[in-house]
Amino acid sequence: MKLSTLLTSAAGLALASTAALAQNDCAAGKTIEDGVLTIATGNPAYYPWVMNDDPASKEGFEAAVAYAVANAMGFDDDQVVWTRSSFDQAIQPGAKTYDFNLQQFSITAARDEVIDFSVPYYSAAAAVLTRQPTADAGATNTVESLSGLKWGAAASTTAPSMIENLIGPEDSMLLYDDSADVVEAMKANQIDASLFDLPTALYLSAVTLDDGVLVGQFPPEMSENPDRFGLAMEEGSALKECVDAAITTLAEDGTLAALEAEWLAEATGVPVIE
Amino acid sequence: MLDLRDVTKSFGGNRVLDGISLTVERGEMVCLIGASGSGKSTLLRCINLLEPIDDGAVFLDGQDISEPGLNPDPVRRRIGMVFQSYNLFPHMTAEENVMLAPRRVHGKSREALRPKVTELFTRFGLADRMQHFPDQLSGGQQQRVAIVRALAMRPEIMLFDEITSALDPELVGEVLDVLRQLRSEGMTMVLATHEMKFAAELADKICFLDAGRIAEQGPPSEIFKAPKKDRTRAFLARIL
Amino acid sequence: MTLQEKTDGAAAAAAPPRRTRRQAYETRVRRRSNTVAAVSTALVVLAIVTLVPMAPGWEAVKKSFFNAEVFAQTFPRLVQAFLWDIAIFAWSVPLITVIALAIALARDTRNPALFPLRLFGILYTDIFRGIPVILVVYLIGFGIPGLGLPRPWNSPYIWGTVALVLTYSAYVAEIFRSGIESIHDSQRAAASSLGLSQSDTMRFVVLPQAIRRVVPANMNMLIALQKDVALLSFIGPVEVLRQAGVFKSLLANFTPYVGAALIFLSVTIPATRYADYLIARQRRERS
Ligand SMILES: Nc1ncnc2c1ncn2[C@@H]1O[C@H](COP(=O)(O)OP(=O)(O)O)[C@@H](O)[C@H]1O
Ligand SMILES: [Mg+2]
Repeated sequence: MKLSTLLTSAAGLALASTAALAQNDCAAGKTIEDGVLTIATGNPAYYPWVMNDDPASKEGFEAAVAYAVANAMGFDDDQVVWTRSSFDQAIQPGAKTYDFNLQQFSITAARDEVIDFSVPYYSAAAAVLTRQPTADAGATNTVESLSGLKWGAAASTTAPSMIENLIGPEDSMLLYDDSADVVEAMKANQIDASLFDLPTALYLSAVTLDDGVLVGQFPPEMSENPDRFGLAMEEGSALKECVDAAITTLAEDGTLAALEAEWLAEATGVPVIE
Repeated sequence: MLDLRDVTKSFGGNRVLDGISLTVERGEMVCLIGASGSGKSTLLRCINLLEPIDDGAVFLDGQDISEPGLNPDPVRRRIGMVFQSYNLFPHMTAEENVMLAPRRVHGKSREALRPKVTELFTRFGLADRMQHFPDQLSGGQQQRVAIVRALAMRPEIMLFDEITSALDPELVGEVLDVLRQLRSEGMTMVLATHEMKFAAELADKICFLDAGRIAEQGPPSEIFKAPKKDRTRAFLARIL
Repeated sequence: MTLQEKTDGAAAAAAPPRRTRRQAYETRVRRRSNTVAAVSTALVVLAIVTLVPMAPGWEAVKKSFFNAEVFAQTFPRLVQAFLWDIAIFAWSVPLITVIALAIALARDTRNPALFPLRLFGILYTDIFRGIPVILVVYLIGFGIPGLGLPRPWNSPYIWGTVALVLTYSAYVAEIFRSGIESIHDSQRAAASSLGLSQSDTMRFVVLPQAIRRVVPANMNMLIALQKDVALLSFIGPVEVLRQAGVFKSLLANFTPYVGAALIFLSVTIPATRYADYLIARQRRERS
């Protein structure tokens, strides 16, 4: 028993030291813990971003991106350590306990003042989620039809201002803590529609709602401010340059597009809003 | 008009009234005297049905008012009661205190009641105090308002429970004057009192209560001048 | 020293009306304690003002919590959103008063035929005082509309109000009940001796006194309610807390929360002072 622990820790040590040698120069000595890349995600993390709330499985779009970025920065898979953080915690100023954090953080100028973002790893279309009765009542993919609906949204996302600016609902919006509450309000028929990034909308319509329907999507170029997701880092992070270089490489060599196709494939097939 | 027959009353195991029999004729004034704790207040409360009696009976004009299950409210309207601690309603003016019961019970309007109530206040020297709240009145004035409040229901009999005991000595007189006035008007009255001079002067009958029993009763001349029982003599010796 | 005393004495004697020795002593004591209070307060304020900005994170905190620009930009909308808080508060209070009184009276009934009512009163107060307000807001705010009520009857404003009213009625009912029980039995005896019925005794004699007596306790409940109205934001309404949250996400800045806190304080501090004043006055009256 004792012997085996000794052996494994010795093996671990050996592994860590060889891996440290394999690191890209750009990340060396800049991570929170030497030789280890600490990555944070939400608690819990959702489909299709992270499958089964288990990022170490590398399954789900963000889990896969995280490992691709880590590899491009010169870290082996077993040098990646996962941690969790709340959304609000991640956009507060102050020291962080991770090297980067990914849980669909939209890059905004205001957030950029207090934390650092990487270049985007994903540009999300925004999709309108409703339920079958609303669609049956004639809700279609036109702004005119959508503005007559009762809207709700998750308050801490960019959805409220997008709804306000792109649709301009006639009735006042209702706002909630998170997408689960938005869906609950939709089930209670208190709201007709909400706006989510496309993958989340797909998940909600397929899994959470029995009768969810995506009536349309806004392509990134139609919104003034397309929702782009970046990795969140502590303000002034020394690692930013290295992370950006890794993502740029992954974008150029088609890795990101491939991962998007693999994990977010269903995104196609939702009509564009006129 | 009031007839108590062998009334008993216990609190827990404590027998507070132990076979009280007493008759009060119309227009009579009966004074209950006795040491503190002898049962005077309890007796008055039993007559007014504020306490149910355990055994015996109380008759008012021949009606058994001690019958268990009888609605007490109509009976209480015929019996006025005034307490040692005044018990005015502190959130109402003197006038409102007096008008409340006639308004609610007899369904009369304030306007209809006002002449009669004003007349009562005036009769007892309180005409300029009608709009005052209890805490703006002296103890003597409060007690007189309490008497007016009971009288406004036109009771057939009045019960007074040591109504001067809480008053400063110089205020006792004005309240006793009210009782004199009522006596002269022929009101039937039962008083628990420690005012022996007053009792000697005006009562038709004195009852000496001792440990829940009527130890001795009779006209004041007899009780005060020539008490038959040692206990009565001892009590009077202590108090006079 | 003696000379000093003499001149002092002469001055005091000359100035009519002459102050008593006691008054002079009290003035000296008051002056000294005022000085001590002023100096110590100044020292504490000085310490905060100089020490806090020396903290390494102060610049960042100032930027994200005390940002004048963000404050000016968001405050008017926050005040506007606070009107919802006031409206919800305003229509909740009469409902709470009526229901709490009914529950308090139900718990006070001695008539055996009304025993179920009394049992209901007990269960009601036990249950709603035992559950956190936010849970009641969630369960009722989403649960009852989820049964399939048509609009506008499934509005979160309606069911959120119901949740607040149910919870607060339980507390206020207990306050009313303690007020009713604090009225001395001699008041009931006096009313009964006049031939007033039980219900009239309650209505005209006991309740008016009881309600007055518990005004300060209820003031504190109202202050708590004014804050808890913000919990309705969890089920949709965009009142001041939610509006501040939206601004926070939009601007990545916590100053809107500070603004919201200031708005709450502008209402609750005067209310708290007033409640304390009422309590102090009542204590004086009783003594
Ligand atoms: N509500 C009550 N519960 C228990 N004991 C009582 C109650 N009222 C009176 N007593 C007792 O009954 C006895 C007689 O009291 P009371 O009638 O007030 O006497 P008195 O008026 O002559 O001083 C006392 O021993 C008193 O303690
Ligand atoms: Mg007594």
